[in-house]
Amino acid sequence: MSWRKIALMSVLGFGFAFLYLPILILIIYSFNDGRLVTVWAGFSFKWYGVLFRNGALLDAAFLSLRLAAISGVLAALLGTLAGLALGRAGKYPGRNLFNALVAGPLVLPDVLLGISMLMLFVFLEGWIGWPPQRGAMTIVLAHTTFGLCYVALIVQARLVGLNGQLEEAAMDLGAPPFKTLMVITVPMLAPAIISGFLLAFTLSLDDLVIASFVTGPGATTLPMKVFSQARLGVKPEINALATILISIVTTIAIVGAVLAARPQKSGKGG
Amino acid sequence: MTVQRFSVLVPLAWLLVFFLTPFILIAIISLADPIAAQPPYTPVFTLDHGVPGFHGDLGKYDYLFGQSLYIKAFKGSLRIATIATFLCLLVAYPMAYVIARSDEKIRPMLLMGVVLPFWTSFLIRIYAWIGLLSDNGIISKTLMSIGLLHEPLHVMRTDSAVFIGVVYAYLPFMILPLYSTLERMDWRLLDAAADLGARPIESFFKITLPLSLPGIFAGCLLVFIPVTGEFVIPELLGGPDTLMIGKVLWEEFFTRRDWPAASALAVLLVLALLPAIIGLQTAQRAADGDA
Repeated sequence: MSWRKIALMSVLGFGFAFLYLPILILIIYSFNDGRLVTVWAGFSFKWYGVLFRNGALLDAAFLSLRLAAISGVLAALLGTLAGLALGRAGKYPGRNLFNALVAGPLVLPDVLLGISMLMLFVFLEGWIGWPPQRGAMTIVLAHTTFGLCYVALIVQARLVGLNGQLEEAAMDLGAPPFKTLMVITVPMLAPAIISGFLLAFTLSLDDLVIASFVTGPGATTLPMKVFSQARLGVKPEINALATILISIVTTIAIVGAVLAARPQKSGKGG
Repeated sequence: MTVQRFSVLVPLAWLLVFFLTPFILIAIISLADPIAAQPPYTPVFTLDHGVPGFHGDLGKYDYLFGQSLYIKAFKGSLRIATIATFLCLLVAYPMAYVIARSDEKIRPMLLMGVVLPFWTSFLIRIYAWIGLLSDNGIISKTLMSIGLLHEPLHVMRTDSAVFIGVVYAYLPFMILPLYSTLERMDWRLLDAAADLGARPIESFFKITLPLSLPGIFAGCLLVFIPVTGEFVIPELLGGPDTLMIGKVLWEEFFTRRDWPAASALAVLLVLALLPAIIGLQTAQRAADGDA
């Protein structure tokens, strides 16, 4: 092996160690028997037991999963439309505004999205009485908003890789536009839509800042619980919770990535 | 065509209501005064017996600019975001380079390895560093046991811990745009330069680096913009001296319950980030033009 190759390999080695070691150590210490998170005192499932007896934490986890599922589905629906608009709608007035609106929630700091959406909900409540109270509903609306932008981006990226020939052929054969969309375009986009849904789902499950702003009394999500514990330092049962979450999300991510990377059946044109 | 019009109008309407209108609202509420009521700010526009009235003023801005805390927080945010973005670039560039030059068959796997942590909870990834960096944490203990350190490490609750957290959490945002420009590069240029007698380091600075500038630009902005408003990282890893605007805004809102002041800070943060946001939009439009 040449020196060059060794240098390149060690860059990757260090890089991936940096990315994965902290998570790995967290997982290992979730099986630690002792209360101290820095001293190994033998293998144990003890903290998982403690975790599953923590009713408030479990309630928060179930609420978060529910909100993530609902906002994930809504984001997938709206995001697919937005992705089609970005990729296929050609030129129309307001196109630049639309592109900017889709890109905005992806880069803007969470505190800005959180506080501004809260002001909207407070304003709407005073003006038309809807949403009647802040909580699960307002979190879903906020999460759908940023989730749809991620879905739109993934759907648009896949549209770039597809040529329009099948759609054109369907229309030439007399299929109306809506039928062409449902029978040709959406099935071709399905892997992108599913992986977009999964990303919107995990981002919703993970969001602390935006949910903290727009929530009301009674809706405490899992990240809020984790955050209030983490502020006080490391707790072994949070390590156990983190391990469970990481396992779920990693499985979802691998499924999503495999779907997104699956070779496209209709090859690129030209 | 109706389907295409529908695909634009529905998400456009959603984003106008739930993304653009909220920003107009914080700009209006930043002109109000806090009161002990629901909602906790004075009305800016009123309609009294059919007579419209305007009661906003720039008092909040005057107040914010008069307090050194807020000025310091803005400076602190920009300083930390700038340094952290640069550190992120230093770590990400070699990785993106190696991935772009690796065998085509293993590239998707390497990329997946970079993206996977982005899927696992941001909060948990930051939380993981608390146990690693604290004074009696794992890194400190390991370094002491092998004799590299004689007293516990003091990184936790300092700006250094914030830098580590930011680089760790935002690395994929830097690697991906870098990779996508490097991947499109014609590596034969390097062979040509070598044939003409250029040393590797020379061809890096004269060919590879200039050609990857669009990726560097996009990656830096993708990290810089969200980090400037970052709340979780300075709150969990930073110390009392780590003043960042996201943290101050949070405290203004949740602890002091001054909604107009928090809104004014949000407006100022948007204005501060505007050049970077426009830069990113321009870069992305240019990249779309290439495709």
